[in-house]
Amino acid sequence: MNKWLSPRSAFGITLIVVALLGLPFVAAMGGQAWVRILDFAILYVFLALGLNIVVGFAGLLDLGYIAFYAVGAYAWALLASPHFGLHLPIWVILPIGAGLACIAGVLLGSPTLKLRGDYLAIVTLGFGEIVRIFMNNLNAPVNITNGPQGITLIDPVAFGGFKFSGTTQVFGYALTGPMKYYYLLVALAILVIIINLRLQHSRIGRAWQAIREDEIAAKAVGINTRNIKLLAFAMGASFGGIAGGVFAAMQGFVSPESFSLMESIMILAMVVLGGMGHIPGVILGAVLLSILPEALRYGVGPAQMALFGKQLVDPESLRMLVFGLALVLVMRFKPAGLWPSPERKRELGEKRMEVAK
Amino acid sequence: MSANVPTTLLEAKAVAKHFGGVKALRDVSLTIRRGEIYGLIGPNGAGKTTFFNCMTGLYVPDGGGFVFDGVPLVADAPHQAAERGIARTFQNIRLFGNMTALENVMVGRHVRTRAGVLGAMLNNAATRAEEAAIRQRAMDLLHYVRIEDRADDLAKNLSYGDQRRLEIARALASEPKLLCLDEPAAGMNATETAELRELIEGIRRDGTTILLIEHDVKLVMGLCDRVAVLDYGALVIEDVPAVVQKDQRVIEAYLGA
Ligand SMILES: Nc1ncnc2c1ncn2[C@@H]1O[C@H](COP(=O)(O)OP(=O)(O)OP(=O)(O)O)[C@@H](O)[C@H]1O
Ligand SMILES: [Mg+2]
Repeated sequence: MNKWLSPRSAFGITLIVVALLGLPFVAAMGGQAWVRILDFAILYVFLALGLNIVVGFAGLLDLGYIAFYAVGAYAWALLASPHFGLHLPIWVILPIGAGLACIAGVLLGSPTLKLRGDYLAIVTLGFGEIVRIFMNNLNAPVNITNGPQGITLIDPVAFGGFKFSGTTQVFGYALTGPMKYYYLLVALAILVIIINLRLQHSRIGRAWQAIREDEIAAKAVGINTRNIKLLAFAMGASFGGIAGGVFAAMQGFVSPESFSLMESIMILAMVVLGGMGHIPGVILGAVLLSILPEALRYGVGPAQMALFGKQLVDPESLRMLVFGLALVLVMRFKPAGLWPSPERKRELGEKRMEVAK
Repeated sequence: MSANVPTTLLEAKAVAKHFGGVKALRDVSLTIRRGEIYGLIGPNGAGKTTFFNCMTGLYVPDGGGFVFDGVPLVADAPHQAAERGIARTFQNIRLFGNMTALENVMVGRHVRTRAGVLGAMLNNAATRAEEAAIRQRAMDLLHYVRIEDRADDLAKNLSYGDQRRLEIARALASEPKLLCLDEPAAGMNATETAELRELIEGIRRDGTTILLIEHDVKLVMGLCDRVAVLDYGALVIEDVPAVVQKDQRVIEAYLGA
């Protein structure tokens, strides 16, 4: 890492930068909807990498991750909308959202982290639902969340006078709202990638891996397993909170519906399908699982019209069918994920050999 | 206190542990002195490993307790035992299998290092310096137990003997005052056992007190300054090897068998 980049990797990085910068313009040719799909793909990369700290690094199965996203989203919605008449700036709201999500993570984690595997999964699942139901019902006796109707007219992300909603002209190019958010999200995603990489190869990252490998040995070498696990929970939750804030600002609208169990499962699927604990794999998983369903949504209908001249199957149900089938196939043929870390691939490969013996 | 009077490092006071009806430890009291190699022997199921587990905080004793380095050990806090200066190996080797040998020892530095999440995220000068020191120290320890050429191999791919050595290196990484070895020679051939003996003597020479559980009587009697014998969870005798070897109860319970 300390060495200067070789010409080859410098070329690779340049290529990636150019591709990342140009991507929204390519997507815009298909309409702004595609830029928005791109935005969500990157938001999911961010979320999946946050969850990766909990699931991939610390090995804790968390099925309620969306709850932290919800906390962040509602924090933004309440502090920057006409609902309470508050319009706080981003550098106040985002830390508050992350902090509240972090506190929620610790609150959930401290009583439950003695549980393992399936049990932890069930408790976190319950927690996710509780948060959603809270958001749904906190409109009486005092109206805090505005219940199922949700909160509208949420302020967009803005730095000083520069708003991320609406179109601006930059160097003669028209940058639409979704395009501006795209660049913001890419910047955030790069930040979370760097943090993930650094954490993985740190004292804390090694402690997480040690706990995953052998909790008793980890205790014996002096790792305070409870606190270190709690740390993973708190960190993952904070990232969820930040993502939630950006989501609320980007949409301009939040309601409890956006934070269903299905969303938690989706993010977990991104982590597992891509390759748990392996950062490039998680990114791939997030991009694939967020874009694929949309591509199917836009592709299936017209394809049927072209092939059969009429709609044989409702595109929405076919989309879920194809999606489910793809998941099953990947787990059957690539159980360590599409792009697993070299060690994990070996690990699962050997397990299979043992079964064969 | 004059320098040549041996001082106590660890004192077990009437430690008791039951598993249902099984009395694994019956009020065991013993004293380990600074700088000695202390042997703990006894037939299978005598309670030796249970004694280790109570001392290192993995089990909570049902009675009694430990005083280490003049201060009582907190029950039920394994990470604190390590921090206080007790390190151990396991009878059934417990390494972090999918981490490299080097990483295993680096994890062993955990209690003697500080870097937290913020340091890791910022990757500032202090964190980088600490990380480099951890790596260097771990490498030195691999060298010390003579497996430096396996540094980048996954722990699970090491040979049995090397895994034992790696476990010792990982334990030493926490700079223990007391190193507890649970049957380190189990499954080793004569050459490996001789090498292990040399290693243990070296560790003691470098100033670490050693508590050794071992079935190899010859090894224990030759290596240890004092020996304690457990039988059915009770302490039979605690003395120098020459006395222990001649004790009638020990011969009946263990050596004679
Ligand atoms: N976790 C446990 N649950 C129930 N019984 C246990 C447990 N750990 C130990 N025992 C019992 O306590 C007794 C002492 O076991 P321990 O493992 O301490 O013996 P040991 O002296 O280390 O024997 P060995 O030489 O075979 O390793 C045995 O009867 C054992 O079955
Ligand atoms: Mg034992």
